[in-house]
Amino acid sequence: MTFNIDFLAWRKIAIIFSSIFLVVSIGSLFIKQLSWGLDFTGGTLVELSYPETANISEIREILLRGGFEGAQVANFGSSKEVLIKLPGTVSDSLGSEIVSLLSASNLNQEIDLRRIEYVGPQIGSELRDDGGTAMLIALAFMMLYIAFRFQSRFAGAAVIALIHDVIIVVGIFSLIQIEFDLTVLAALLAVIGYSLNDTIVVSDRIRENIRSMDSDNTHEIINTSLNQTLGRTLITSLTTLLVLFSLYFLGGELIKNFALALIFGVVIGTYSSIYIAANALIMMGLNKDHLRIEEPENADDNLLP
Amino acid sequence: MKRYGHWKYLLILFVLGFGVVYSLPNLYAPDPAVQVSYTSSSQSADTFLADGVRDILKDQDFSALVELNSDYVLVRTDTYQNQLKIKDILTNNLVNDVVIALNLAPTTPKWLMDIGANPMKLGLDLRGGVHFLMQVDTETAIRNRQDGTLQDLRIRFREEKIRYSQATVESNASIYLKFNSSEAKEKAEDFIKDNYTQFNIPFLGSDNDLILSLSETEIEQIESDAIDQNLTTLRNRVNELGVSEPIVQRQGKKRIVVQLPGIQDTAEAKNILGKTATLEFHLEAQMDTPRSRKTSYPYRNGIGAPAFLQDSIILGGDQVATAQASFDENGLPQVNITLDGEGGSKMHRATRGNIGKRLGVLFVEQKTRTIYQRDDEGKQVPVQETYEVKEIISLATIRAALGTTFRITGLDSPSESSELALLLRAGALAAPMTFVEERTVGPSLGADNIQAGVFSMQLGLFLVLGFILFYYRIFGVAASLALTFNIVLLVAVMSILSATLTLPGIAGIVLTVGMAVDANVLIFSRIREELNRGREPLEAIDAGYNRAFLTIWDANVTTLIVAVILLSYGTGPVKGFAITLSIGIITSMFTAIMGTRAFVNIIYGSKKNLERISI
Repeated sequence: MTFNIDFLAWRKIAIIFSSIFLVVSIGSLFIKQLSWGLDFTGGTLVELSYPETANISEIREILLRGGFEGAQVANFGSSKEVLIKLPGTVSDSLGSEIVSLLSASNLNQEIDLRRIEYVGPQIGSELRDDGGTAMLIALAFMMLYIAFRFQSRFAGAAVIALIHDVIIVVGIFSLIQIEFDLTVLAALLAVIGYSLNDTIVVSDRIRENIRSMDSDNTHEIINTSLNQTLGRTLITSLTTLLVLFSLYFLGGELIKNFALALIFGVVIGTYSSIYIAANALIMMGLNKDHLRIEEPENADDNLLP
Repeated sequence: MKRYGHWKYLLILFVLGFGVVYSLPNLYAPDPAVQVSYTSSSQSADTFLADGVRDILKDQDFSALVELNSDYVLVRTDTYQNQLKIKDILTNNLVNDVVIALNLAPTTPKWLMDIGANPMKLGLDLRGGVHFLMQVDTETAIRNRQDGTLQDLRIRFREEKIRYSQATVESNASIYLKFNSSEAKEKAEDFIKDNYTQFNIPFLGSDNDLILSLSETEIEQIESDAIDQNLTTLRNRVNELGVSEPIVQRQGKKRIVVQLPGIQDTAEAKNILGKTATLEFHLEAQMDTPRSRKTSYPYRNGIGAPAFLQDSIILGGDQVATAQASFDENGLPQVNITLDGEGGSKMHRATRGNIGKRLGVLFVEQKTRTIYQRDDEGKQVPVQETYEVKEIISLATIRAALGTTFRITGLDSPSESSELALLLRAGALAAPMTFVEERTVGPSLGADNIQAGVFSMQLGLFLVLGFILFYYRIFGVAASLALTFNIVLLVAVMSILSATLTLPGIAGIVLTVGMAVDANVLIFSRIREELNRGREPLEAIDAGYNRAFLTIWDANVTTLIVAVILLSYGTGPVKGFAITLSIGIITSMFTAIMGTRAFVNIIYGSKKNLERISI
């Protein structure tokens, strides 16, 4: 695949596009907020499997009569599976109480217990803090590594692209109110890794071309680099999306949101490594001088394999 | 084209062979099994027990394979139904003091086990079971320690003839002392400095007061002692529950994780694990005991009027060495207790001077309840609170100085005596614990999760392989082999590290499949570029591998940084994902670069005048 697209001609449009996305995402995070999962809110969750289609309204009524006010009852995956959530509760025995209550009122049917989860209030807020810390540390280490391997402008550009990606993925989760739990958090960190992968491949090519091309025109160099790496970027995104879709459709309910976060992340990460990271490099005024003092050309050839 | 050294082929062959052998055990499905071991952990299973099990099963016409392992007797069967039946039969028929637990016995062939090849461990989300996270209330442990010290101080002050008018433990766990004179205070201060090292110096307090607060290091010591003791106690209790391969581990500063695979009845497990029942021995308060040093307690069984006991504790349940439930001459339940050496001498010292007085045995239990408090915004929020229930189970006259062995009567029922004996035997918890997290996965969900994980992995691999074969032809074959090899290697490394595979872990493997192709895509794109520039095929291959290497390296190192941070910060699902992701990144570097290179060399390396390559 060879391309000759003038990516940077689209710069302004890309910036407007990204800005709109960012504003909508941040706005949604403020207004609708995230639909935090049980891992972060604390509370009790029970998943049950009925032999036949479960009667949701009946279950609701039984729970209400049993004193479980505020219980959210919904199907999970299929019409036989039921998910009951009691966010914010602090007693660790509610799960088993619900199971025995429902089993007692369904004597003719055997209910299969799929899972019970209880997360105490202190754990919820801790997990949220730890997640945030992990993300900040990851970003800091990335910046350091890139600044060390490339140049501080590349580090800045990569981190801008990463923050862009994370905000938009979280924004999408807030917009369509998909539950944000621990697995989604893991996916978000994987998005950081993935998006960075892309950005590094592009940056690597820019660095190489700055040294080897005769041109002094940063625009031209970056554009050439983007075209040269576009084939690879698309193919890798495609293979990654292939496995993510197979996870989304076959991986089961517990993995669905994880796969979804990564699907959004891969698409946005691919876009951002082309438009955001490269744009940021130009805006930060990258030029030939910034890379001149480094290792001599073709040093790479002496390495493995 | 550069010569590709023989050692590289050998290395690749070696790693490939190693990967295949060490991932093999995962292909053998485990047998549903029942394991039987003696209750006492000091007694390991013997042929006597194995023969007993064999005989019982033979009597019931049940054919199952009975093996004797180092710690337990294992009964293998073929179906989960038989497994449950065997457990029931053994529970009803075995007369020995044993623990019977369900297990999944690996069927790894002996030659593999001999070289240390074992299957991966499956996480609770894949095999079913329960995970508890408990928070240790270390503040109570600190308070208890201060209570003990205060008691000690009172006795020593009396011996030293230091007069004081007040001695209490404050709500912030510091000891408050008030003396009658400044000389007494000075004397006490010197005495404490000489004999106690755990307090912050200088002591606080004005006039004739002294405030003794514990030093930071001492607090840390008490906390970690409390957690260590709770860990030991929990391990003992888990053993009594009968679970195969349980995990009892410290997590962070104040938490303990307990994982019990295969347990369904979480209520029973929680009841035993969380119980903080223990005993305290106090002397009965006398008429002249000041009000501030005695407390009135009700009787546990409700018979008899509440009685006053002295606040000072002679000793607690932690000094019980063994405890056995039995019956007294009248057929009433009792617990026979043997104290450890220190406990015995304390008991002797306390009772020898008090013959004729009464010794009270207090049953102490920590319970939790939910109370509602107003938060900063004035909203009612539920909060969990622990509180202590102390009841007298016996109050008997001391007829002679007691030593290390004695018995406790006054219990309600045989079940109460055996529970008390169990709790005393397994050790008391040094500090109460609350359940802060509980995750129970039923066996059907576990099985579904495995199936979903395997399906999605198969489909993902199939799609990716199909695409790269179509897109890169012969080079695609190289990449496909590398990908498959990568999964084999990943599974082998996970098995060797005995890492736990979870559902998010499987997702990590699937994601690795998608991302590991990247290295090959980078190399192959580079080769194509070089070809387009008019380079000879072999030169193009060389240049492609060389130029792509640094890019691949940088890209993978940064992803690895993320994975390692996930690994160190994450818990539960995040950790499972991070483990497979990190291992996958490392193995994929090897397979995608060295593996494909070797393959390409074998196909094209020997041809002298290569005109075109299939990429």
